[in-house]
Amino acid sequence: MKEISLHLLDIVQNSVTAGAAHVDISFDLKADGTLFMQVKDDGKGMSPELLERVRSPFVTTRTTRKVGLGIPLLMQNAMQSGGDVQISSEVGKGTVIVARFITSSIDCLPLGDLASTMATIIMGSPDHPEFSLRCTGPGGEMYFTTEEIRPVLEGVSLSEPDVVSWIQASLHEEIEPILGGISK
Amino acid sequence: MKSLAELEAIRKSTLERINLRKEEKGEVTRVVIGMATCGIAAGARPVMLAFMDEIQKRHLEHVTVSQTGCIGMCRLEPMVDVILPGKDKVTYVHVKPEMVSRIVAEHIVNGRPVDEYTIGAAENA
Repeated sequence: MKEISLHLLDIVQNSVTAGAAHVDISFDLKADGTLFMQVKDDGKGMSPELLERVRSPFVTTRTTRKVGLGIPLLMQNAMQSGGDVQISSEVGKGTVIVARFITSSIDCLPLGDLASTMATIIMGSPDHPEFSLRCTGPGGEMYFTTEEIRPVLEGVSLSEPDVVSWIQASLHEEIEPILGGISK
Repeated sequence: MKSLAELEAIRKSTLERINLRKEEKGEVTRVVIGMATCGIAAGARPVMLAFMDEIQKRHLEHVTVSQTGCIGMCRLEPMVDVILPGKDKVTYVHVKPEMVSRIVAEHIVNGRPVDEYTIGAAENA
């Protein structure tokens, strides 16, 4: 992956597949340049046995093939910057995954285009689940949730091209002052 | 955030177009993009947004864009299937955002697949 955002696009799919009703995404940029990316869902969760093995590239829930590279690639890139990945999960409750990136490291990926990524995520699962995004950093804070815009759209799908481009433009405007410094 | 009033306006104009779509009863053309780990890593996100953009620009009401997982040909990603009503599926491989406007114009609008971008051309090369 060339961007941290692309890892988000990838691992969010795990939450969707786990049948989550809510997927809460957050990016927290600390003054020292540490970036925490968190994805929290209320999907079906993982058993302690699966949780223990989930970091392996030879573990996947799909049945077509025996490899799953989403989490291993995320770990590789977090660790390459000097960070790490923490995963906690409980069956029936959900899963929380936190990746820590040291953005001051020369080996750290750029955040990339988070607004486009969120638009793509929402477009891919327009009806369900509800997604939220919170970004915090020295530049301020923003919060967005699909639960807020769904009633405004009243029956118009979140995957309509005009809606997708509104989401993208609106998020870009809000994310830029907070995380713009690490986006490239 | 950009104003919710703006979103309300989008809702209205979209509803009108959806109703038009229903009246015309045209059959839907489907664009399906591989968005698993392999597709994303190969650059599927900008391809997907390029399709959305092109469809929006041309006001193509009978085209839907959706995502799918990995179909096992990761070396050919980003892959895009275009399914015209009543026609066989055409699979494009190694798709880049700059190829999208041609696929939309020649295939989706005019019904002639862009042969040189298809999986057949890639496999015979």
